[in-house]
Amino acid sequence: MSIYDLVHETMLSVTTNKVRSFLTVLGIVVGIASVILMVAIGQGSQATITNSIKAAGSNLLVVTPGGRSAGAFGGGGGGFGGSNSGAKLTQADVNLISQLPGVAHIAANSTSREALSVPGANVNISVTGVGDGYQTVKAIETSTGVFVTPEDIRGGTKVVVLGPTAVTDLFPAGTDPLGQKIRIKGILFTVVGVTKSKGGSSFMNADEVAYIPLTTLQRYLTGSDAISTINVEATTAEGMTSLQNDITTTLLAAHHITDTTKADFSVLSQSDILSTASTITGTFTLLLAAISGISLVVGGIGIMNMMLTTVTERTREIGLRKAIGARPVDITSQFLAEAITLCLIGGVIGISLGWGLSALITATGVLTTEVSLGAVGIAVGVCAGIGIVFGYYPARRASKLDPIEALRYQ
Amino acid sequence: MAPILEIRDAVKIYSTAADEAPALGGVSFSVEPGEFVAIMGPSGSGKSTLMNIIGCLDRPTTGSYILDGVDVARMDEDQLAEIRATRIGFVFQSFNLLPRSTVMRNVILPMIYTRVPVGERETRASKALEAVGLDENRWYHKTNELSGGQMQRVAIARALVNDPAIILADEPTGNLDTRTGQVILETFRRLQQQGRTIVLITHEHDVAEYADRTVHLRDGLVVSHEEAEAHDSARSGEEAR
Ligand SMILES: Nc1ncnc2c1ncn2[C@@H]1O[C@H](COP(=O)(O)OP(=O)(O)OP(=O)(O)O)[C@@H](O)[C@H]1O
Ligand SMILES: [Mg+2]
Repeated sequence: MSIYDLVHETMLSVTTNKVRSFLTVLGIVVGIASVILMVAIGQGSQATITNSIKAAGSNLLVVTPGGRSAGAFGGGGGGFGGSNSGAKLTQADVNLISQLPGVAHIAANSTSREALSVPGANVNISVTGVGDGYQTVKAIETSTGVFVTPEDIRGGTKVVVLGPTAVTDLFPAGTDPLGQKIRIKGILFTVVGVTKSKGGSSFMNADEVAYIPLTTLQRYLTGSDAISTINVEATTAEGMTSLQNDITTTLLAAHHITDTTKADFSVLSQSDILSTASTITGTFTLLLAAISGISLVVGGIGIMNMMLTTVTERTREIGLRKAIGARPVDITSQFLAEAITLCLIGGVIGISLGWGLSALITATGVLTTEVSLGAVGIAVGVCAGIGIVFGYYPARRASKLDPIEALRYQ
Repeated sequence: MAPILEIRDAVKIYSTAADEAPALGGVSFSVEPGEFVAIMGPSGSGKSTLMNIIGCLDRPTTGSYILDGVDVARMDEDQLAEIRATRIGFVFQSFNLLPRSTVMRNVILPMIYTRVPVGERETRASKALEAVGLDENRWYHKTNELSGGQMQRVAIARALVNDPAIILADEPTGNLDTRTGQVILETFRRLQQQGRTIVLITHEHDVAEYADRTVHLRDGLVVSHEEAEAHDSARSGEEAR
């Protein structure tokens, strides 16, 4: 049988049994579409996170309490490392670092999740106590009012700057938040400013925040002088490595630690954070892909089931083909070609569907998605692979039929 | 002259019916090139069983079958397929057409396994269909829309299309009226005159008269050979067992 005949036979068979072909293909369509979609969501999130880390500035070093192995991903104002047992950073450490050469700006902060309330509304959000330089390092702009000033920080005044989401959470639309009084952990604060919107990612809404002076946070909310993050901006990108080393040696000395592996803090550069973040999001993407991969396997089993049914249904036809001179390899390749074709058709539809859905999700603004050509390529390969793997057994079975028995099959 | 096909002591026992009498109980018989042989016998006497063996569709349980001087038992699947595709044209008792394909597609089917160039196929199929006298307006109908006689003619056309040297026909005129039956038999006789070897199963004596020689089977055994006087082309030197 020539390639032409193989293609022709396959087309005839696929088009004469349209309903059956459609049902067979459906499993693959769903499988491939979900793989494409899930990987797109994973990679989109990865890109979002990477961009937000990069936006923080390439000259940034982040010092957090706790060793590298414990809660290393404490950058970006999240403060996962804040509660590390025993180990802590204080204003003394900030002062030591600020005297090092190559430091352009330094900003300490500490974060705590607190209840904010006004009569009639109540939200639980992340409250960041900011030190000097925080606004500069984090490039925060206000839309109305002012940010926390150095005087506020020195004086420990009870002022608060809200993110736009926090404003809408607390006040009815149209209210001017400036000058309003809100309670944080029961203590009255005055709203002095509102920050510009930064846009939210799915993981943390950068607008649902409140900023108060670091000293105020330490005194009234946490009751501890601990600092959860020190952001250090180097004067030059080249100076990053030496600054990172200087900070490490200075703090080790200040904390009386000789064994570097026992350091109770970590100094991470942007690239360290990026690689940690991409490990996390990569695992996340892989997990999503694996889950949707299961549906692909189910689709493949569907193909095998349908091909086995086909072989049984067409036993007489197979017997006839053998009787008029089809070799076993002709029969095998015919059924294999059919399975592969069905898988590829399913793959193409699945890719279009997955692509379309990702575009739709991006358009709604809930999540950013990114369809990678790599994922599409792998999907096509997987489709052909499924066709071969799950089509081979039924095809072999067909080719081994005895012509006389097959012709007598009812 | 060496026989084109020779069966020696063929026994066929169907595994599903092991306790019953064998379908063939030791049949020996041979056919010379260019011969036209009829096989007769009551229903269930083993005619189709014998024909399947001759057509390389089945193998005898014991005994041997020699085709073109080669023992079929020594051939592998691919060699058997090659013989079925090129050497033998088989007309099945139950037609075995593809029901959802057109007449044309059915007749073209054997040519895809002999790699006849695509451009030639329709012409050759048309010639075969003309030879069996099937109305041209049926050629592109699905075969499940045909009458029994029309299906029979498609089955014969399909057997002829690859120009096989040996034509095996299991009751090819069973579903045809006398006149159409005669057209088919004349076609077979013409093919014989062109040098083809023909083996045909029938129940009817007037059909067997077209043959040079008739072999009678009963209960899986050859009971007699009978030379036809009407034709002098018979060259059988076969001894009855
Ligand atoms: N696949 C099979 N399995 C079991 N027994 C079979 C099989 N094929 C044929 N037989 C048996 O073998 C015997 C001979 O059958 P065969 O088909 O050769 O008869 P036949 O002479 O062609 O009959 P008819 O004229 O009715 O076509 C019968 O008794 C039949 O029941
Ligand atoms: Mg029969």
